Amino acid sequence: MELQYWIWIAVGLSFTLYITIAIITRASSTGEFYIAGKGVPPIANGMATAADWMSAASFISMAGIISFNGYDGSVYLMGWTGGYVLLALLLAPYLRKFGKFTVPDFIGDRYYSNLARGVAVFCALIVSFTYIAGQMRGVGVVFSRYLEVDITTGVLMGMLIVLFYAVLGGMKGITYTQVAQYCVLIFAFMLPAIFISLMVTGNVIPQIGFGSADSDGIYLLDKLDGLHRELGFHEYTSGKKSTLDIFFITAALMVGTAGLPHVIVRFFTVKKVSDARKSAGWALLFIAILYTTAPAVAVFSRTNLIETVSNKAYAKLPQWFEKWEATGLISYEDKNQDGLVQYVADPQTNELKVDADIMVLANPEIADLPNWIIAIMAAGALAAALSTAAGLLLVISSSVSHDLIKKMIKPDVSEKGELIAARLSAVGAVMLAAYFGINPPGFVAATVALAFGLAAASFFPAIVMGIFSKKMNKEGAVAGMVVGILLMLFYMTKFKFGWFGGGSENDWWFGISPEGFGSFAMLVNFVVSITISKFTPAPDSEIQRLVENIRNPDDD
Amino acid sequence: MNKTNNYWKTNLKYLVVLLIIWFTVSFGFGILLADTLNQIQIAGFKLGFWFAQQGAIYIFVILIFVYIYLMNRLDQKFKNQK
Repeated sequence: MELQYWIWIAVGLSFTLYITIAIITRASSTGEFYIAGKGVPPIANGMATAADWMSAASFISMAGIISFNGYDGSVYLMGWTGGYVLLALLLAPYLRKFGKFTVPDFIGDRYYSNLARGVAVFCALIVSFTYIAGQMRGVGVVFSRYLEVDITTGVLMGMLIVLFYAVLGGMKGITYTQVAQYCVLIFAFMLPAIFISLMVTGNVIPQIGFGSADSDGIYLLDKLDGLHRELGFHEYTSGKKSTLDIFFITAALMVGTAGLPHVIVRFFTVKKVSDARKSAGWALLFIAILYTTAPAVAVFSRTNLIETVSNKAYAKLPQWFEKWEATGLISYEDKNQDGLVQYVADPQTNELKVDADIMVLANPEIADLPNWIIAIMAAGALAAALSTAAGLLLVISSSVSHDLIKKMIKPDVSEKGELIAARLSAVGAVMLAAYFGINPPGFVAATVALAFGLAAASFFPAIVMGIFSKKMNKEGAVAGMVVGILLMLFYMTKFKFGWFGGGSENDWWFGISPEGFGSFAMLVNFVVSITISKFTPAPDSEIQRLVENIRNPDDD
Repeated sequence: MNKTNNYWKTNLKYLVVLLIIWFTVSFGFGILLADTLNQIQIAGFKLGFWFAQQGAIYIFVILIFVYIYLMNRLDQKFKNQK
């Protein structure tokens, strides 16, 4: 059957499934809208968190990015998984015990001040918006690539779907849709990966396959290192970023993961404190399935690409090359007019440009898999993009309706009024996100990665110290968050957009890239908070009791 | 009060040990010591590279499940004492 029909069937079926789930599980109270009525079983919550967490970028781009950066790509692998250890050990159980609706809720109550709450809302909105703008764009790109519509139509379709099930279902609807989306996306990612591993190495398990030898008895990774040296690329298994920068970027991504409001809020949805720990474990296990496969896919497709194109006659390249050339994701310019493809590191003589996304997208064709698998991949990519967008949307709407309206502007709003406000702010947030998806401001691509730095620099220290120190007070926490997020904003606008005089790589402080600077800003946040709290009055006994209560495992 | 204190102290002890392992396998083996460990090759994997792209992630998963186990046991003990 024609590929396009398969794709419409797969996408249509999966969407029907999501919408059905949303209708069955729709929210009827603010408790259900914000945190699914605290009734989500840990395994389901783990799957939902994994789907929430893994965006279109994880699904489509990550393997490609690793494939082009080799060892340097490890920052994403370790950074986006290691954060769950911090979540499970340092945050999730205590925030669940605290038992309110949002992250600013915790900051506002623990630091007994609406100023702290306001700062937290501001940080949550900045982090979530930088993130969701990129997601809507991702939804549009995926729609347009698979369904052959233009990006604007793609964004609008994605917007309608998300709008429908997020506004109707709230957190409860989103959670169970995400469970379904996780199943779709992990199946769609693993299937081609397993086939390719079989094809290249004869091993069904990609994680083991990429450490094995090919038919000539040469280890795959050694062969790839050799190919890289030959063509002038940096050796695949060592990388070219400085060790210090790798260290800081990994730390910023880990801590940022643990500080992202849409991830943290998932742990508010379970029944008991011990369930919060369990869901973090399940979430990381489900994420690790994709994250340990991606580096294997990266190696297979990198080797495959080089062997297929390097010094081969352009006219004799396989058919998939031509197909993806038409999309502009891969392009060839015969600079020396010899009819062969020179794919080398030197930009003067290199004749091939390859977009990182192609490494995953073209996999099924490279491995010669049937059309229905490509259709499932389309559904998987959409599941990844939609689930993340929906999770972020909910954080934005609850920040507005709960933290701003209910807690700060109009505390006497009724339950029903708050629920309406929550739904309306979700609608507003989707429209704004869709606008940015259709007219992406230049900063979107640059800032999505930096959202982690912002989360690391603002939330993480305030939450951790709020749990582990009884002495931390509002003056310290507020000053730390403000200094942390401003410092991070300053550094990223300076080096990414050229504000404040701009600067090049040589001007980086201590050689730390903007992506890694969140770790530095986080350390500054800690130092500022602790110093200021030493010179200002400690919180009163009521707050100290609150902290003791959070640490006490007795279920409420 | 004393029991709660003991509970918290034991929890902190677990945290410190587990976080040291967390740091060692990722920032240690995967980053700071990666070049040294890359001298060792097991099957097709250079060890530093393997930790950075595989090993650290497996150990992260194990760490969380160990913590779940330890805390469930501690919770039980704490409940029985009361």
